[in-house]
This record gives sequence, structure tokens and C-alpha cells, in this order.
Amino acid sequence: MLRFAFKRLVSLGLSLVVASVVIFLFVEVVPGDPAAYMLGLNATEETLAALREQLGLSGTLAERYLSWVGGMLRGDFGTSYTYRTPVSEMIADRMWISLPLAIYALTLSTLIAFPAGIWAASKRGSAADVSVMGLTQLGVAIPNFWFAMLMVLVFAINLRWFSAGGFAGWEAGVYPAMKSLTLPAIALALPQASILARVMRSSLLDTLSEDFIRTARAKGLTKRQALWRHALRNALIPVLTIIGLQFSFLLAGAIIIENVFFLPGLGRLVFQAISARDLIVVESVVMLLVFAVIVVNFAVDIAYAAVDPRLRVRG
Amino acid sequence: MTETGFLGAALRSRSLVLGAVLTAVFVLAAVVSFLWVPHDVTAMDIPNRMKGPEGAHPLGTDHFGRDILSMIMVGARTSIAVAVVAVGIGMVLGVPLGLAAAARKGSLLDEVIMRGNDLVFAFPSLLIAIMITAVFGASALNAIIAIGIFNIPVFARLTRGAALSLWTRDYVMAARVAGKGATRISFEHILPNVTNLLIVQGTIQFSLGILAEAALSYVGLGAQPPLPSWGRMLADSQTMISIAPHMAIFPGLAILLTVLGLNLMGDGLRDLFDPKIRRVGR
Amino acid sequence: MSLLEIEGLDLDIHGEAILKGVSLAVQPGQIVGVIGESGSGKSMTAFSVMQLLPDGAMCRGRVTLGGHEMLSLPEPSLCRLRGNEVGMVFQEPMTALNPIQTIGAQVAETILIHEDVSRAEAMARAREALERCELPEAKFPLSRYPHELSGGQRQRVVIAMAIALRPKLLIADEPTTALDVTTQAQILRLLRRLVDEDGMGLMLITHDLAVVADMAHEIVIMRHGEVVEAGPTGRVFDEMRHPYTRALFEASGHQPEREESPRDVPLLQVRDVVRDYALPRTRLFAPQEHFRAVNGVSFEIAKGESLGLVGESGCGKSTLTRAILGLEEVQAGEILLDGEPVFTGHRPNRDVRRRMQVVFQDPFGSFNPRWKVGPLVAEPFHLLRDPPTGAARDAAIAEALESVGLAAEDRHKYIHEFSGGQRQRIAIARALIIKPELIILDEAVSALDVSIRAQILDLLADLSARFGLTYLFISHDLSVVRTITDRVMVMQAGEIVEEGPTALVFDAPQHDYTKTLIAAAPVLPERGAA
Repeated sequence: MLRFAFKRLVSLGLSLVVASVVIFLFVEVVPGDPAAYMLGLNATEETLAALREQLGLSGTLAERYLSWVGGMLRGDFGTSYTYRTPVSEMIADRMWISLPLAIYALTLSTLIAFPAGIWAASKRGSAADVSVMGLTQLGVAIPNFWFAMLMVLVFAINLRWFSAGGFAGWEAGVYPAMKSLTLPAIALALPQASILARVMRSSLLDTLSEDFIRTARAKGLTKRQALWRHALRNALIPVLTIIGLQFSFLLAGAIIIENVFFLPGLGRLVFQAISARDLIVVESVVMLLVFAVIVVNFAVDIAYAAVDPRLRVRG
Repeated sequence: MTETGFLGAALRSRSLVLGAVLTAVFVLAAVVSFLWVPHDVTAMDIPNRMKGPEGAHPLGTDHFGRDILSMIMVGARTSIAVAVVAVGIGMVLGVPLGLAAAARKGSLLDEVIMRGNDLVFAFPSLLIAIMITAVFGASALNAIIAIGIFNIPVFARLTRGAALSLWTRDYVMAARVAGKGATRISFEHILPNVTNLLIVQGTIQFSLGILAEAALSYVGLGAQPPLPSWGRMLADSQTMISIAPHMAIFPGLAILLTVLGLNLMGDGLRDLFDPKIRRVGR
Repeated sequence: MSLLEIEGLDLDIHGEAILKGVSLAVQPGQIVGVIGESGSGKSMTAFSVMQLLPDGAMCRGRVTLGGHEMLSLPEPSLCRLRGNEVGMVFQEPMTALNPIQTIGAQVAETILIHEDVSRAEAMARAREALERCELPEAKFPLSRYPHELSGGQRQRVVIAMAIALRPKLLIADEPTTALDVTTQAQILRLLRRLVDEDGMGLMLITHDLAVVADMAHEIVIMRHGEVVEAGPTGRVFDEMRHPYTRALFEASGHQPEREESPRDVPLLQVRDVVRDYALPRTRLFAPQEHFRAVNGVSFEIAKGESLGLVGESGCGKSTLTRAILGLEEVQAGEILLDGEPVFTGHRPNRDVRRRMQVVFQDPFGSFNPRWKVGPLVAEPFHLLRDPPTGAARDAAIAEALESVGLAAEDRHKYIHEFSGGQRQRIAIARALIIKPELIILDEAVSALDVSIRAQILDLLADLSARFGLTYLFISHDLSVVRTITDRVMVMQAGEIVEEGPTALVFDAPQHDYTKTLIAAAPVLPERGAA
């Protein structure tokens, strides 16, 4: 198990290195002088030189890469050109909205999907199964930002249960803060929950047709017992994969949903940075999100090994 | 099974028929829009702005008085074109990579392809689009590239996984005994047996592509004006949602129904291609 | 009163009749062998007793187990009986266990489900059940996972689960079909011992007459969902009232007629062949380790001869096959066909390869389902420098198909339109089309029902006489090898341990391993001798 975790850790490190190189080179390929690009046509020589200095554009490619990565490792993401504040501070502020939102949504999605998927699988072919599957078919097809807009129309504008957007702030208390994240989290969670419920159902049905379920039934287990004791944990393996993948969709989705609800999270930050041509900010946020995705996939790999003893030895 | 048997089974599958009809409606709308639309989508008609659905404008007008039905028809072109090209990129690059990785399983080539895949998976298409836009500016082409890049590992993994199990079949062994090489076997024996899978996945990626294009255009990273697009119609409608909800509802429904149609078609095709399910679930 | 009584059992699945008026009985302490080919309904009879039938199944008739009417019992009562009064063992031990639970937990579950005992006590009794199934604690602690065990060991765990509560009846559905001969003998011995110790009834379902011949007290022979003959084992073998019983018996021990031909010119020469596989590295900088699959193997096959190669799974016979076919390069030694090496300068030698072909075991996986039979059969033409085209190609395909007893017109069909036996004929046609001298038959009849197997063996004997073919016949099934080969080799752990004329090796084996193999193989009684 330890060797397995170590191997995954090595490959996690490698992925991070390669991802950072890709992101770094991407920004480096900006045609011409990045400083001139960021400042536009009317920049003076002095401001250009100052920005070049700030961007660490002096030195070779390798030196620039190392200083960028080294800075990030120390928590120094550089200074935003437009806001003149350290990027790390800006990210830290926004993170307190984006991260809770993604976790809130993932929790909702799992809480909805597991019971729905298990219920549909255990009642295969029944009206319950057909209607759950029909609903998930709709849930998968609905664009989440449109769903968010409709919820704003119904629950904020017409019913006035929620505010149409903005964030109450954590200093206002947990309840108001969570309340302002609720519609965004539902909008994010529902399509993901639909996908997850479908995966849960089909994985469970596959497992239920395995030979070892028949063995369990021959031992005297009821259908229910066989499902809960033997099928469910085996069926979880593909479901974990999807949960891992969904985290990256949730992060990306959060960027868009923040736009619908005017939430000052990482998503808003990125779009502001793009329109202000603030490449340092874009680069840092993308790197951070990629980092999160890679770490979550690592956690999923470890979770696999916890579920499946065959993986522990194979490594 | 004969061809008529296949067609018969296809027609009996409710989800396949419904999905195909929905998909056909939107493809047809896109095609017809090249020849005829009810109103010119560039013509502004301020006096008639934000009109609800009525005779001359069955789906109403937007904040510039443009006909929403016409815009949805023209927008279908953008959505379909972006998604088709993106799926095409994914298939054309991903399938050969998957075939090659499977043919040389465990080799350095396989390792490089798979690790490369993992890496691309760490970049959701939205992040790729953000990076491209930050550097090169926003355009429909960006959307295509971003979604296309994300599709490559999807097809590469699917193809590799399916091909690996086919490589253990005795008919592949028989082909090797007949002196055929890995490339020839990949194209003669492996590829024909993964096409069903690729068609099913292709439909699903197509629908995901339409969703992704809409999302990118909605946040301004995709199609730019004057190119009409469903995502941007929704972005435009957002501030007007309390006064003119029809501006948000109809383009959203267009996305929903197209994606639903493609997904239903994908599910139907999968059931049809999988003889195991067909026999049981008749 | 009988322990199990089945009377006039009809079974329909989705309206299709699977069983028609099946009747049989099992007494306590009695072993009843239920025999039939695929599609005979023998497994469905077992699942009817357990009432574990697929959706859409409809039973009529009577199934009485220890006084319980199984067909009218409600599901909760059935659950109380399953595992408690009646246990079941299945064919495929590799998939019969939950891969993510320890064997201890899985055996203990049988006890926990039925009895109100503590987990610790259930575990102690699970230990006991495993001991009874000859899985000693030292090597097989309760904490083992299924993937750490071999097929035979897993089957013992499944048996331990089934007998943990000492049920009155055990149903074993082809319990040894997926296992090697020596393992099969051990499992059968274990089952017999458990029957003797507990006095339980055993319903042993199999396709192999020989398996039940010296073990079952009673025999039931099934065909197309009906019982065609039943009675005490001795009497059934003696009288064979039903023609199908006779046909089954004859097919099981079928001896194809073969002609003697002069054999002095060597065709295939294998000399000191070694084949190593690189093992995955355990540590990053560990030296590369190898697994020696074939270790210094040498033999010859004369033109027109039929040589058998016998061995259990993992002995290296498939690796040797691939080396002979020139699919993989060997690390040492040489393989010559008519004096020409199959590998020259790290490349397979096409001139040699076109003179040999192969027929595989699985009649379902041997053909690309998207191709028609014509191109499938013609595929080996790829080996020729100047393959026939147009009418000549069609004629060659027709000739190959006709020589295996199929019609030339069959070339326009897809492979799923053929039965298992017909597919194996097509596989032979594919091997014949380039007129090879050597054909390697890799378990070529192992997946076939006995009656079909007999027909294919006849066809092979006939083809060999007509075309002067040389066969390398690879099989785990000793009885088949005995009927069709002139000479036989026994392979164990990558080495040939014994070699000689077939009759001599079978009658007077020299090597210990050969003796074990031959002793383990179930044999049919001589007609009328039982």
C-alpha cells in the first residue's frame, strides 16, 4: 500500500512539473514582447521596462521558468499588473468562494446521485427506474448556466427566496454565506448528479450480473443483502473515477456559474484578468486549478486502492 | 442479423427514434438557414425590441428587435460546426494514438501516449480556452481547438481500452500467423470492431461539444459578434431576464433539446450495437 | 423419502421451453451425476432447485427438498434454505468470489446470515470449513483475498462456503471444468470425502461422462431439456437403453480411424529452445528479472506424423506454440522447418511460415465478426508472394470449405451464422487454404461438445490421410491426445519431462509427473465391464 502511494506520488510530481512547463511555455509563446502585449499600444518605455522587470523577463528561458516555479513554491505568484497587488493575496481572497462552492456542489451531487442510482438499479425496469433515468437524461442535457438563469428567474426574481447574485461574505456568518452559494451549487450539482446517478446505476447493474453475486445468493443472501454487501463496493470503482473527473468539471463550471451569480470567485478574477490582459494572474489561476485537478486525481487513485485489494499489491 | 433486422430494431428503439428526430430537426434548421430564414439576423428593429412570441416572430425578438427564431437557426450552424470539427479533431488524432498505444502495449510509446492523455485530462477544455484566449484573443476557432484538444484523450483512451481486449482475440493471432503486421491488423481487425463504440462515444462527445461551445460563447471565449451563437444569445439575455424571459428560454431550450437528442441517440445506438442488451431488453 | 425429488419439472424462460418434464431424485449420502451437452438444461435444473432463475422464468411441476416445496415457497423462506439446507458450487472459480472481500469474511458470511452468532465465532467456524476443504491456516489465513489464490484453491473456498453449515444437499455445476486434470482429481476427491463425512446428497452436473463414471451412484442423462436415461451408474453403463446414451458414450471415447504412413523424414526440428519473458521491475533500479517459460526444449516431428503435446495451464505449451509459429523470437536454440529456420536475423521467415498454420481453441473468438467467411478463410494468402486473385481465389476458398464438409456458398455468410462445430471446420479450412505441411492444433477440440468433438477428430484424421498433413496436437485433455497422436510429449514447467509412442507413454509412464497426470485423468469404464 505504501509503495503504491509512493509510486502515485512520484507520478503526481511529474504531472505537476509537466503541466507547469506547458502553462509556462504557453504564455511564453505570446507573439512578441509579453510586456508590450499586456500594456497595449500606448505604453511608454519606462512602464514597459518596469513590467519586464516585474515579469522576470530578463534571463534565459530556464531561469525564468525556475524563478516562476520557485516563487509559486514559496507562495509568491508575482504581482498583478492591473491591480498592483500580489497575485497570491487576490487568489487567497477568491478561493474562499470558489473552493466552498465546488465542495458544496460535489457534496450535493453525490448526495443526490448515490440514492437515485442505487434505487434505479435495484428497481431495474420499473416505473421508478424509467422516471429516474428520464430525469437524469434531462439533467445531463441541460446547460448549467442556463439552468442557473432559470433558477434566478424563478427563485430570486419571482419568489424572492434568494438574492439574484452576489456573495454575502463569510464575515456575515455561515448561514447567509451558504445561502448565497446555494443556487450556484445546485446549478453546478444537478447536471453532475445526473451523470453520476447514471454511472452508479449502470455500474451497479454490471456488478449485479457478476458470478459472485450468484454465489452470494446461493449462500442465502436476499437480493437486497447481495446488493448492499457485495455489489455496492465493487460498483464504486468506476463511480470514483467519475467523481474525480467531475471535480475538474465542477471547477471549470464554477468559473462560468460565478459569472451568472456575480460571485467574486476565481472565475470572475480570470475573466477580469483576460480583459485586462493580466497574464500573470491568468497563468497563476490556471496553474492552481490544474494543480487541484491533479491532486484530486491522486486522491482518487489512493481511494481505489482502499476499495480494491488487487491494486495494493500490483502497485 | 440481416440489414433489415438492424433497421427494424433501430426503429423499435424509442430513444433512438426520438433522439434521431430531435437531432435531425436542428441539423435541418442549420441547413435551411443557409437558404432561408424568417428574418435577417443582422437587421435591427428597435421599435419591436423584446417582443414576446407573436405572429411575425414566433419566438419573439431580442433587445435589438432581431428575430429569435432566425437567430436560433443561424446559431445552430455555429454550434454544430464547432462540435463536429472538435469531435473530428478528437477522433482523427485520438483514435490512431489509441490504436498505436494498444498495438505496442507496455512500450515507451504506449507510456508516453497514456501519460500525455492524463496530462491533457488535467486541463478542462474551459482552462485551455482561457489560456488560448488570454494569449491569442477570443474566437470560434479557439472554442474548436479547446474542445478538440480535450476530445483527443477521450478517444485515445476509449480506443486503447477496446483495442487491448481485441488484441487478445484469437482472430488477431490468426492474422499474425498469416504474416500481417501490427499496423495492418490495427486497421483490418481492430478498427472495424471498435467503430460501434466510436460512433456511440462520438455522439456523446458531439453533445458535450455543443454544451461546451455554448458555455464558452456565454462567457465570451467562443464565437464573437456578428456570428450568432446560442451561448451569446443567453449572455445577452441575462440582464433582461426579468423583463424579457423569452430571450433566455428559447435559446436555452434549443441547446437542451439538441443535446438531449444526441444523448438519446447515443444511448439508443449503444443498446442497438450491444447484442447482450438487445437480447435481454427487447 | 428422498432428500431431493424433482417431478415433472417444466421450465420456460420468456416463453421458450428449457426443461420438459424433468424428474430425478437424490438420496442422503448419494452422488447423482447429471450429464448432458450444452443446451441440455442440466444447469437450469440446478438453478430451479435453488430457485435462482433468470428473470422471465416460469416453473411448473414439483421440486421437494427435505420436505419443502421449493416452487411454492416465498422468497424469504427460500433464502433461509439456500446456504443452510442446500449449497451450490459453480463452474468458474475465478469469478465466483467477491474480489474485494477476504476469503474468511466470505465463508463466515454463510454462517452469519443463517445463525445468530458473534462475528468471532463465525470466523472460527469459517476457519474450520476451510480446513475441511484442505486449505490449511498456515498457507491460507482468513485474511487472504481471492486474487492471491489459484483456480483450484478458489474452488475450495467456494466449496467451503457451500458446506460451512453442513447442508443436506450440495449442488455442483461443472465444478472442475475450468480446472487442470490434477486439480480436477483433487476437487472430486474432496467432494467425495465431504459426502462420506456429512452424509449429504451431491448433485454433480457435468458434460464429461468419465468424471462421474467412477464416482456417482446414480446417473441422469439429459438432452434438449429432457431426461433420456436414468439409473444406477453400473446399470446405465451396462445397458445403455437410449441411443443417445450410447452415442454419448461412444463419442466420449471416440477413436478416429487413422492410417499408418512411413515416417522417417523430419519436418519440424526444435533444438534446445529457451524462451524468457522480462518480469516487471519490482524496484526502479532492480536488475531486470526473467521468467523462463520454455527451458531447453528439443524434439522433432516427422513428415506425416501426429505428435501430441500434453501439459497443464502455465506449463509453457502456448509459448512454445508461438515460438514455432515464428510469432516471437526465442532467446536460445533453433526451430527449423524442413531445415529452414523460422526466424532469420530477428525477422520471421515468410518462406517457412507459409508452410505451417494453426487452429485455435475458441470457435467464437477465432474470427473477426465483421468479415465474411470468404475473406476470413483466405486471410493466410497474405503469406504468399503471389496470392491467387479473382476466380482462382474463389476456387481456392471453395475447395478449402468443401474439404472440411462445408458448402462453397458459405463464403458469403458471416461467422455468427455458424455453430461452434462449423466454426471449427472453418478454422481448419483457413489453415488448409495455403496447403501447409504442418498444422498446429492448439486445444482445437477442447471447447466442443463430445459428439461434435468426435466429428472434428474424424475430419482431422481424414484430412491428414488425404493431404499428408503433419500435426502438432496440443491439449490438456489426455483422452483426446491418446486417440489421435502417434507420439506424445509431456511438458511441465517449461520442460519436456517425457516423450515416447502414445500407447507406451499411456500404458507405462516413466516420469512421476506423467504418472500423476494419467492417474488424475478420469476414465470411462469399458463398455459393459462396470
